[in-house]
Amino acid sequence: MLPVTEFWVYFAAQPLLWIVLTLGVYSAAFAIHRWAGRSPLLHPVLVSMVVLIGLLLLTETPYQTYFSGAQFIHFLLGPATVAIAVPLFDYFAKIRQLWLPILVACVTGAFSAAAIAVAVAWFFDARMETLLSIAPKSVTSPIALGISQKIGGFPELSAALCLVTGVSGSLLVPSVLKALRIEDEETQGFVLGLTSHGFGTAVALETGALAGAFAGLAMGLTGLITALMLPALVALV
Amino acid sequence: MLIQGLLAVLLFQLLGELIVVTFLLPVPGPVLGMVMLLVALLSLRRVPVAVRSVSEGLLSNLALLFVPAGVGLVLHFDLLRDEWWIILIALILSSVGAAVITALIFAALLQRQRRRAKG
Repeated sequence: MLPVTEFWVYFAAQPLLWIVLTLGVYSAAFAIHRWAGRSPLLHPVLVSMVVLIGLLLLTETPYQTYFSGAQFIHFLLGPATVAIAVPLFDYFAKIRQLWLPILVACVTGAFSAAAIAVAVAWFFDARMETLLSIAPKSVTSPIALGISQKIGGFPELSAALCLVTGVSGSLLVPSVLKALRIEDEETQGFVLGLTSHGFGTAVALETGALAGAFAGLAMGLTGLITALMLPALVALV
Repeated sequence: MLIQGLLAVLLFQLLGELIVVTFLLPVPGPVLGMVMLLVALLSLRRVPVAVRSVSEGLLSNLALLFVPAGVGLVLHFDLLRDEWWIILIALILSSVGAAVITALIFAALLQRQRRRAKG
């Protein structure tokens, strides 16, 4: 029989091992999240990231080796972005009815989210790469990755910043809404989806289906508007 | 059934990527694919069953798809060691600021539209 280390050496070079590990760790993290009452701090993506990064560091596996397997999962982000067209189609009647408030709030919201983040980072003398990677952080991750790549940020850093934004936003934004005495479901959902994309949408769905629909809409539109706006702004600067 | 839905989604992505590359557009290809699929669905006035099932399958497991890129954070540890606190402050201020601005604008416009609809 082969010693364990040789098994590892053989399988660590195969894409299969890293696909299985990614799916396995995520499934376990998903179960823990559910068991812990869906706390945003224990979001399955964050837990999976910590566990898998720890595993790579522990086994001294380069990220490239991990990605040779994980790329098959990563690839699906593109089709998933295209697939957002279906929920947008479902909400289209409501969107058409409220198109002016939605458009105005989404453009100003998407712009201020990116502008405040970049301005604060710039104020503290952050590097250029940080500024470019932080700009698309309010956008749902598959779109943010594409934007970051386009404008010259680090896509992996942007993806992680999106996740942190989602977690911190879904913890903070409900208190902001309470302080502003915002009570209608449309606005609550819209603000959650705009600032905290998928995480915010999940929180909004707990308030109600209408809030969830508006969160999904805000998430999709913010992604679209930021994707159109940021590369053009970066080209200007 | 599933294959046709997947094929449709991938075709729209390919079309998006082709247009972006051809005209050197600043938008990510899949985003353009999303817009074109939305236009196609609107002109069709319904979502074909195959497209809906593929879309629901992809979107209900969306979080999983971020994991490979998220693990890529391991490549940027030196940048994070220097600037993690800047990033954290920027993210928090931006979320709170954008939430206040968006909430006030959206609530005000919504109220105005409703008043108008009544009056």
